[in-house]
Amino acid sequence: MSGSTPRTLFDKIWDSHVVEKLPDGTCILYIDRHLVHEVTSPQAFEGLRMAGRKVRRPDCTIAVADHNIPTTDRRLGIKEEDSRIQVETLEKNVVEFGVPYIPILDVRQGIVHIIGPELGLSLPGTTIVCGDSHTSTHGALGALAFGIGTSEVEHVMATQTLLQRPAKNMKVQVDGSLGFGCSAKDIVLAIVGKLGTAGGTGHVIEYTGEAIRALDMAGRMTVSNMTIEAGARAGLIAPDETTFEYVKGRDFAPRGEAFEQAVAYWRSLPTDPGAHYDTTVLLNAGDIAPMVTWGTNPGAVVPITGAVPDPADEPDEGRRAQMQRMLDYMDLRPHQKLADVPVDVVFIGSCTNGRIEDIRAAAAVANGRKVAASVRALVVPGSGLVKQQAELEGLDRILLEAGFEWREPCCSMCLGMNPDKLTRGQRCASTSNRNFEGRQGPGGRTHLVSPAMAAAAAVTGRLADVRQLG
Amino acid sequence: MDKFTKLTAIAAPMPMANIDTDKVIPARFLTTIKRSGLGVHLFDTLRYDTEGKERPQFVLNQEPYRRAQIIIAHENFGCGSSREHAPWALLDFGIRCVIAPDFADIFFNNSFKNGILPVRLPRAICDTLIEDATLGGNARITIDLERQVVMRPNGEEIHFDIDPFRKHLLLNGLDDIGQTMQHAPRIDTFEATRRQQQPWLPSTAA
Repeated sequence: MSGSTPRTLFDKIWDSHVVEKLPDGTCILYIDRHLVHEVTSPQAFEGLRMAGRKVRRPDCTIAVADHNIPTTDRRLGIKEEDSRIQVETLEKNVVEFGVPYIPILDVRQGIVHIIGPELGLSLPGTTIVCGDSHTSTHGALGALAFGIGTSEVEHVMATQTLLQRPAKNMKVQVDGSLGFGCSAKDIVLAIVGKLGTAGGTGHVIEYTGEAIRALDMAGRMTVSNMTIEAGARAGLIAPDETTFEYVKGRDFAPRGEAFEQAVAYWRSLPTDPGAHYDTTVLLNAGDIAPMVTWGTNPGAVVPITGAVPDPADEPDEGRRAQMQRMLDYMDLRPHQKLADVPVDVVFIGSCTNGRIEDIRAAAAVANGRKVAASVRALVVPGSGLVKQQAELEGLDRILLEAGFEWREPCCSMCLGMNPDKLTRGQRCASTSNRNFEGRQGPGGRTHLVSPAMAAAAAVTGRLADVRQLG
Repeated sequence: MDKFTKLTAIAAPMPMANIDTDKVIPARFLTTIKRSGLGVHLFDTLRYDTEGKERPQFVLNQEPYRRAQIIIAHENFGCGSSREHAPWALLDFGIRCVIAPDFADIFFNNSFKNGILPVRLPRAICDTLIEDATLGGNARITIDLERQVVMRPNGEEIHFDIDPFRKHLLLNGLDDIGQTMQHAPRIDTFEATRRQQQPWLPSTAA
C-alpha cells in the first residue's frame, strides 16, 4: 500500500489485515479476535465437525454465554430447556475445539461486548468479529469490529479470515460540548435520527470532533455500539490518551515494554490530514437534548422536549404508512408530548449501556428517590466485574433502596431471550439499542433512552426530562 | 449449499421498508442449535395472532403465496440483528430470492451463504414487480442468475448487478471456506509476519 496517500483510520486497519486481494477485488481479511456466544455459534461448530475442520486459532478466540441465561441466581441452572441445551452445547463445543471459555459462574462472565474491552482483549488497530451485530461496540477503541452471520463465524473459526470488500468511509463529526443531563446515548440517538436506519449502509463510520474526544471510553462504546442502527457495520474512534489509559493494566492487555511498543504503533493509526471520506456528516453536541424514540426503529427519535410527529406531514406515501403503523403499534397519537407518556417497565443494561459509568448515572438519579409504584425497574449490569465494582461503590444499595431490581449480568431484556420480557402492551423506557416491534417481548413497546433518562422514567413513572428533576 | 441458477416462481409482495431480522424471526426462536425447522416461525408476529392462529390478511397466509419462493419488498430489508436464523427461516419456508431496493449489509452477506439470492433493483422497478406479484399464481417471476436478469410475467427482462465472485459461488453451490482454505499458505505467512511485527497481541488462553 502506498505510504504517501493520506489514509483514514479505517484504511490503515484494513490495509494491515489484507492477506490477499482476489482478482475481483474481494479481500481475504485477517481477523485478530473472534468472540463467540451461545446463540450464533452452535451451527458453526456443527459445520466444522461435519467437514472435519478445526478451529485454526483457539488462542485468538474466546467464548462466553450471554444472550440466553437467567439474571436470577445462576447456581440454580437454566429452567428453559432450549436455552439450557444451547448453553450446554457451547460448553461441549469449547471443550471439543479447545476454545477458551468464561463460565457462567465466573466473575468475568458478561455480555460479550462489555467483557472484550473490559478484559483488554479488544485492542486498537485490531480486527474483531462476533456473530452479533453490536460488535461495532469495540470500534470505540480504534479497532475494526463488526458483526457477522453464523456461516462467517464458521469461516473465521476455520481460517481466521473473512472474505470482505472494503467499505466506504463516512465521517460523523460532533463538535461542541454536551449540555447538562445529556450523554453519549443522546449523541448516538441524534446521529441515528439524522442518518436514518440505512444511512450508513456500506460504510464504516468514524466518529470525530470535540464532543467525541471528550467522551470517556464507556461513552465512546455507547456511540460505536449503535453504529449498526444507522446501517453501518462498524464504527471507529481514533485511539488517543483516553484509550491508552483505559487499556493499560487490563487482564489480557500487553504490559511493560510490549505495552509501550503497542502504544507507539497505535499512535500511528489516526486518520492522516487530507484523507478522503466518501461522506461527511456534522452535528453540534450543544444542539442535542436528552433523546427518546417514539417509533419502532432507532431512527424514529425526538428530544424529550418534543412531540410525536404527525404522519399527515409526511409527503411520501410509503413513509406515511410506515409512521402510522409505528404509531398504532406504540399506541401514540400525533403531537402527543413524549414527556407525558407513562411507562410500565424500566430496563437499565445491555451492551449499549451496561457499564459501570451507566450504572453510576442511573444511581445518581435514583439516589434518595423511589421507583414509582406502577413501575417495575430492572438494573442488569453488563458483566460480573461491572456488578462487583458497582457493589463496591454501594450503587446496588442505592438502587435497591429506591426500588430497582439488581440482577445478574447478561443481555436480558434487550432482546428478551431469557425470562426478562415485556408482556403484551407494556411500555418500557430502555437503555438498550433496538425498539423493533416485539424486540423486548411480543407486543412490548420500547422507548430507547440514556441511563439517566431511564432512571428518571423509573422514579416519575413516565418518560421525563432528567434535567427537570433537579 | 444448494446451487442457484434459474428460478421461476410465485413472488410474495411485501411493500414495507425496514423489514428487520427481528420481524423475519423473533429472538425467542433463536434458542435452536440447528439450521432447519425455522420456516414455521418465519415472520411470526406478522403471520400469527396472539393465539397462534394465522392472520388471513398476511400475504404468506394466502394462496398462492403460501408457495412463494420470491419476496419483493421495499428499502433496507434485513436490518438489525446479524442472526443468520433470518435467511435460515426464509430458506426453510422455501424462499430462494428476495428483491428489494437495498438490503442491510449483514443480511445481504448471510443470504449468499445460504443459497438465497438478494437482488437489488430500483424502488420503481420493485413497485412494478410488486404489482405483477399481486396478480396471483399465474404471474410467475423468473430470475436467471447466469444472465443476471429478472423476467416479468409479460416477458420483459430487467438486468441486475451482482458481484462476480458471489455469483460464481452461488451458481456452483460452493462453500467459501473451501475457497479460502486454498490460500492457507498465504494465511500462514501473514500470521508469521504479524507475530513478528505486533508481538503484543495477547493470547485469549492466558
